[in-house]
Amino acid sequence: MKHLMAAARLDIAESLRARWFLIYTVVFGLVIVLLLVSGLTESRVMGFTGLSRLLIIYIQICMAILPIFVLITTVRSVAGDREAGVFEYLLSLPIPLAAWYWGKLLGRFVIVFLPVFVAMTGAILWAMVAGHTVPWAEFALNTAFLISLAWCFLGIGMLISSLAKSSDVAQGASFILWLVLLVFLDLVLLGIMVREQIPYNLVVSIALTNPLQVFRTASMAIFDPQLVLLGPTAHFILDIFGHTGFLLYGLLYPAIMGCLTAYAGFLIFRRGDLP
Amino acid sequence: MIELKDISKTFRRRPVLDGISLSIADGSRIALVGSNGAGKTTLIRCLLGEYVCQGSVQIDGLDPRRNRQQVLKRVGFVPQLPPPLQMSVNELVLFAAHVSDSDPKLMEDLAISLGLEFEAVRHQPFVKLSGGQKQKLLIGIALGRNCDMLFMDEPAANLDPESRQVFFKLLAEHNHKSVMLMSSHRLDEVAAFVNRVVELDQGRVTLDDHVVDTVELTSLLTCTIEASRNEEALAKALTEWGFEKEGEAPRWQGTVAGPDRLRFLSMVSRYAGLLVSLDLQGGNGA
Repeated sequence: MKHLMAAARLDIAESLRARWFLIYTVVFGLVIVLLLVSGLTESRVMGFTGLSRLLIIYIQICMAILPIFVLITTVRSVAGDREAGVFEYLLSLPIPLAAWYWGKLLGRFVIVFLPVFVAMTGAILWAMVAGHTVPWAEFALNTAFLISLAWCFLGIGMLISSLAKSSDVAQGASFILWLVLLVFLDLVLLGIMVREQIPYNLVVSIALTNPLQVFRTASMAIFDPQLVLLGPTAHFILDIFGHTGFLLYGLLYPAIMGCLTAYAGFLIFRRGDLP
Repeated sequence: MIELKDISKTFRRRPVLDGISLSIADGSRIALVGSNGAGKTTLIRCLLGEYVCQGSVQIDGLDPRRNRQQVLKRVGFVPQLPPPLQMSVNELVLFAAHVSDSDPKLMEDLAISLGLEFEAVRHQPFVKLSGGQKQKLLIGIALGRNCDMLFMDEPAANLDPESRQVFFKLLAEHNHKSVMLMSSHRLDEVAAFVNRVVELDQGRVTLDDHVVDTVELTSLLTCTIEASRNEEALAKALTEWGFEKEGEAPRWQGTVAGPDRLRFLSMVSRYAGLLVSLDLQGGNGA
């Protein structure tokens, strides 16, 4: 435990000094500020108003940018550190490989989740001061979904870092993966597949295996229990899971995927050359 | 006791180590020499358990890969290229001391004795230090650990003559039963403080010889040099070694650390055409 915490603290300290972290924090902070300044809490669109509206937009933006931020910064940090000789030196110290790997993952999780959460909490505080009703249950569920999404992509990032021989390859693979997942959203290719009358089973199966789509649908289901916004596909999903079941699936699936990919990354990391 | 049996390592079908076998007894001080790409760093990484290799590496009967913590607790390591760590000097020392159950103050003191102004750089990011400062800190960390094996990859390459002198003294004070493995691409860099030389070429051992040297690691030699004329380049080189000129005549005096004398003579040999006399005295074998 001592070594795990030391590795986590080390990663946090390294990240806090890195330029990417500053950009990352500013992006999420700016998103919230822009949403507040543009008066989103005052508007009523598709039945949503107040802070719920702001949260919906924020979550959808997070869905698009959080995974790519997590992937790129993780692979840059892990594969880049290995390339630059950081692993050669730090892994010559008597730290168990498991403590090093999982400590790094833990540290990165704190670093990637904190700015997102702080920005969201800032919006809640502002809403309280401005006299808006705070949707606490929605806030808690959204936080849980964001944790699950961040963990999922951290796990994938660690796996890619363990597999890739160089940080360039790791970054390229991360970007391609993110693009593929983005393309298979209901907004893009899945929508076209539905329109082209491709069997629903296949479309829904793709949707349910894409962690981005699962996150998007589950976060929509918080505010829109009948998933009216999703169209006919919603009946299919709700028939299989029910509303609560799907919220649970949306929470557990990305988290489990993150754990499995991180573990696979650990097995590869432990087996191969360290620096 | 370190036992390497038939160690081979291949990168993309290119053999970097090719069947290396070595026995290293306690108290051995080994110079691992060879040109760039000879396999020195790869061999050290195999010893640290950082590379998976064919053959067997045993350190007191333990495989450094399977028994990482037990083995690495006993090993101090100085890399050839300092890692580009963003963390502050203080954080690095505290981290290294924390994970290896060592005293951070001792690491600081050793780095200070090598000439690092610790207080001035304490809160600076490690990556921002100069090459020499990084080397001093990493040596301080390695020597400050309670370890009986030192693996150093070109450890003195960035040190000035004065710091090298302190470095030799610290090595001399280090546990006499400890194993020291120092890699360098130049034998004169390390020859004086080793008792065995292993030369690698294209991943194979091409020379494995014992060295007898009567010069103590802590000895200082007094040196007087006389040249045929005042030559700026020679004066500059000698000043870097801490020599002082005697009046207007082209004559210099200074001291050279015993283990550094080959390196010093190698430098002086560049000006052989100018030399009238060279007198090196003191120490046991001067």
